[in-house]
Amino acid sequence: MRKLLNVLYVTNPDSYLAKDGENIVVSVEHKEVGRIPIHNLEGVICFGFMGASPGVMELCASHHVGLAFVSPYGKFLGRVSGRVSGNVLLRKRQYLLSDDEEAAARIAMNCVLGKMLNCRSVLLRFGRDYPEKVSPEFSERLQWLTEGVRQLRESPSDTLNELRGREGILSKCYFDCFDDLILSQDPAFAFESRSRRPPLNRVNALLSFVYTLIAVDCASALESVGLDPQVGFLHRARPGRMSLALDLMEEFRPYLGDRFVLSLINNRVVAADDFLVKENGAVILTDTGRKAVLAAWQRRKTEEVMHGYLDERVPVGLLPYAQSMLLARHLRGDIDGYPPFVMR
Amino acid sequence: MDPDDYLMLSGIQHFAFCRRQWALIHIEQVWKENVLTFGGRQMHRNADDPFFTESRGDVLISRSVPLVSHALKIYGVADVVEYHRSDSGIVIPGREGHWTVVPVEYKAGKRKPDDRDEVQLCAQAICLEEMYRTRIEYGYLYYGKTRRRTEVALDDELRRRVAELVAGMYVLYDAGTTPPAVLLPHCKNCSLVELCMPAVSSRRRSVDRYLATCIGRDDA
Ligand code: SF4
Repeated sequence: MRKLLNVLYVTNPDSYLAKDGENIVVSVEHKEVGRIPIHNLEGVICFGFMGASPGVMELCASHHVGLAFVSPYGKFLGRVSGRVSGNVLLRKRQYLLSDDEEAAARIAMNCVLGKMLNCRSVLLRFGRDYPEKVSPEFSERLQWLTEGVRQLRESPSDTLNELRGREGILSKCYFDCFDDLILSQDPAFAFESRSRRPPLNRVNALLSFVYTLIAVDCASALESVGLDPQVGFLHRARPGRMSLALDLMEEFRPYLGDRFVLSLINNRVVAADDFLVKENGAVILTDTGRKAVLAAWQRRKTEEVMHGYLDERVPVGLLPYAQSMLLARHLRGDIDGYPPFVMR
Repeated sequence: MDPDDYLMLSGIQHFAFCRRQWALIHIEQVWKENVLTFGGRQMHRNADDPFFTESRGDVLISRSVPLVSHALKIYGVADVVEYHRSDSGIVIPGREGHWTVVPVEYKAGKRKPDDRDEVQLCAQAICLEEMYRTRIEYGYLYYGKTRRRTEVALDDELRRRVAELVAGMYVLYDAGTTPPAVLLPHCKNCSLVELCMPAVSSRRRSVDRYLATCIGRDDA
């Protein structure tokens, strides 16, 4: 498996990145605050608007290090990637299958299955760890979700629209359980329901932030195996949208995203005052909050998990690469379907 | 055929090692830097100046020599070509006498259990023969690890093997297909093993069955 290198998160919005030889030099107000050899990096994510010199962009592009720009609130802005790599024949195959409703539905179906299986596992594991907290409603929803997954597999949708509809219903059922998973009694960490643009409470702000991190990783991973992150199966191509990265991400939302956010809250890695509540109700992470989350995220990425399909242990941070490779293997016909990552 | 569409000579060593490895690199354009290739590049760097010709008495040494063979339809670069003073052979402008052409290929590691280095050297020789209209009987492989050069006789059998390999490369290239993985002992020395996933790709484990197990699990 590919080496797990570091991602450099530049959290201070006043930082500027410049190139010095083979190093990235970070400075704030013309003062150098850090320097890292490009060889130690897998990716760079800048939260802020000062940006990076063309020299740094060239350095990253030529070393296949992804360089992404995200607003301080975690909204993805764009990324620099090097020369398109990989097999044009593989990408043509990707486009062909993306246009073929039936083939697209089959791949999309496995992405959704992976996601819902992981949602179910999140609930199951919680039920095992905290049997005393399991309410009758919780058990009922879990059962309903289990049934939904079974049906999804036994009578798969042949149209993408129907699949999207079923996915929406099952997701809602899962998120209806989410408040139970939050152990904190502090009303500051009530979930209520999923809100995105903007996130209207702290839990949603955390979810959005972490999902952005995963999406950036997925896009880079797809590109590194030669796939086009913009052309998806479940998510239709739309200019500027990383549709395939979003497809790939579905299975990671519950496993990587939600469980991580829950651990941040339940283990008090973040506190209520790590967030800023704007006048219009929008909630954003403060700089300290962001730093705490990113430090925990880096640690999480180095943990290893057993991959059921690959039959080997994989560092969590490499799961997007492993899955991108499996998707590429399926598109070129080496394996007979797309095997999503399913947590045990 | 347009010479721009010729295949890369260096690919023959990949193809001789594993057809799938060649296809992954030359059709799918995946490439993974590993310690070995990085070491190789470092060593080449000193030999990389195309305007540098060294003279050691009766031997002229030329580095990074561009090569092409229209017969085989391949192109590439030779690390080092030596010209040895002799009674017969080619004439070099500005130099007296005759010279025989001797290709030398530098390898960072040591001798391989297969013939991938020999066929690469032979393919270079075939290009040089075509370019200089001469005959080359032998060349050298120099191994960085053992710091030793081995003489390689460029006999008919080796030449036939080169022609076969190149023909095989064109068959795959024209079809645009990558052969399936076959998990063999040499996979553990392959720089592309992580991308190739020979265990997964050759096992062709049913995804359907995998998902079925995932669903069946934990059902209580
Ligand atoms: S891992 Fe094995 S099958 Fe795959 S390219 Fe390398 S040598 Fe060939």
